[in-house]
Amino acid sequence: MAENRVVVTGLGVVAPNGVGLPAFTTALREGQSGIAFHQHLADANFGCQVGGIPPGIDELQRRYLTDEELFAMNPNMVYAAIAGIDAWTDAGLARPPREADEVDWDTGAIIGTGIGGIDTVAEKLAPKVDAGKVGRLGSTMVEQIMSSGNTARLAGLLGLGNQVSTNSSACSTGTEAIIDSFLRIREGRAVRMLAGGSEGPSKYTWAGFDAMKVLNRTRNATPTEASRPMSASAAGFVPGAGAGVLMLESLASAERRGARIYAEVLGAHINCGGHRMGGSMTAPTPTGVRRCIRGAVEMAGIRPDEIDAINGHLTATFADPHEVASWSAALELPPARMPLLHSTKSLIGHTLGAAGGIECVTSVLELHHRFVHGSLNCEDLHPALADYAPRIPHRTVELPGLRVIAKASFGFGDVNSAIVFRRFDA
Amino acid sequence: MSDQQIFTEIVAILTPFVKANADAITLESSILKDLQVNSARLVDIVIEIEDKFGIEVKDDDADTIRTVGDAVALVKAKQAAA
Repeated sequence: MAENRVVVTGLGVVAPNGVGLPAFTTALREGQSGIAFHQHLADANFGCQVGGIPPGIDELQRRYLTDEELFAMNPNMVYAAIAGIDAWTDAGLARPPREADEVDWDTGAIIGTGIGGIDTVAEKLAPKVDAGKVGRLGSTMVEQIMSSGNTARLAGLLGLGNQVSTNSSACSTGTEAIIDSFLRIREGRAVRMLAGGSEGPSKYTWAGFDAMKVLNRTRNATPTEASRPMSASAAGFVPGAGAGVLMLESLASAERRGARIYAEVLGAHINCGGHRMGGSMTAPTPTGVRRCIRGAVEMAGIRPDEIDAINGHLTATFADPHEVASWSAALELPPARMPLLHSTKSLIGHTLGAAGGIECVTSVLELHHRFVHGSLNCEDLHPALADYAPRIPHRTVELPGLRVIAKASFGFGDVNSAIVFRRFDA
Repeated sequence: MSDQQIFTEIVAILTPFVKANADAITLESSILKDLQVNSARLVDIVIEIEDKFGIEVKDDDADTIRTVGDAVALVKAKQAAA
């Protein structure tokens, strides 16, 4: 049986610099940063007191969720629900009534999270248990702290009946979810999948990274300058939160119902460097990264020089120059012939488990609108990237001929994921 | 506190969890059958009742609650015993 072609028919995004497609697209085009100073981080003696937190959720969430639903949801779950419902409706599907007794057996969801409901554990569960008040925890602890809480809730909101699961592979999570969903549709086990990542904005999530000294603590007074991927003055990443969800669908289904098709998923690859050959729990094995990129391009069936732009992992740690070198080596392209390189994290920070989801939404929006957004705060490009300077735009570039974007994510555990999108009408 | 006041407070506690007949809640309304409250949320409702009325509801007492009237009667009895 022929494998199904898989396309993107819907998008949903909850990002620090824009919630919803119109606001997020404008923010990308105009280079708007979503990074701000947060007093609660200063109060807790964080070295890094800036972060990316999606705005306006308290008001917005009531348009999507009932009081009873919100009673049992933490921000990670709320972000996934808003982005998931938006991707569903953006795909031209009507949100089913809650009382409707129908299940959509052909549609599932894999929306990952890196850390999940740690805020619920820290703020509610642990204090009550330690105080001997287990009986006053109420009924909602499990559904908020189980790793699959985000997709479990979304399944109920939309009546999903195919695979509903939450993957976790640190900062590779969101892209991995999209790849797993792509492969599921490709082999005919689902017709549609909501796919991406979500992460809440908890200080308890961010504290461990702050303690590792991997967050930027040098720009608290100038938050929009704090996220500096590819910069000579990069000094660690800026933590962020949000969700990005794609509706992936078989091409046959999309064409049958006349859906708008944003892009096609051409190929993808997932691997792990095994913590060998220079890799570790916290650093990627270059060989693993390169094999992952090559695997995605080979599956896509394109030549490396057909890739117009790369949406990198590019977090603003010491690893950025190594990542760019790996892209160049994997694609066997010299700096001058490399695709345009850009980092969405320069605008929104590193949203951890949500990053791959939000950055794949970015890539698909860029293909749809034919632009590549600029990377902020790298005018002082890292010296190791000097040869790539002409390929690193600082402001949005309109590209009428934009056809192919490659996206990769890498995570603690030496895990990698890479995916290639192409405009469908190309 | 009058029966009516207790009833009003309990309806306010129940309302976010009610999925049917929200406009017609009476003392005779079955919390699970008539109001379609998710049974898992009964423990949350009991905790809110404890906090609102300053009483302690044992598990055995909570298990006797079927209708809104049962909850009103339980609160009244606990307050009288306090």
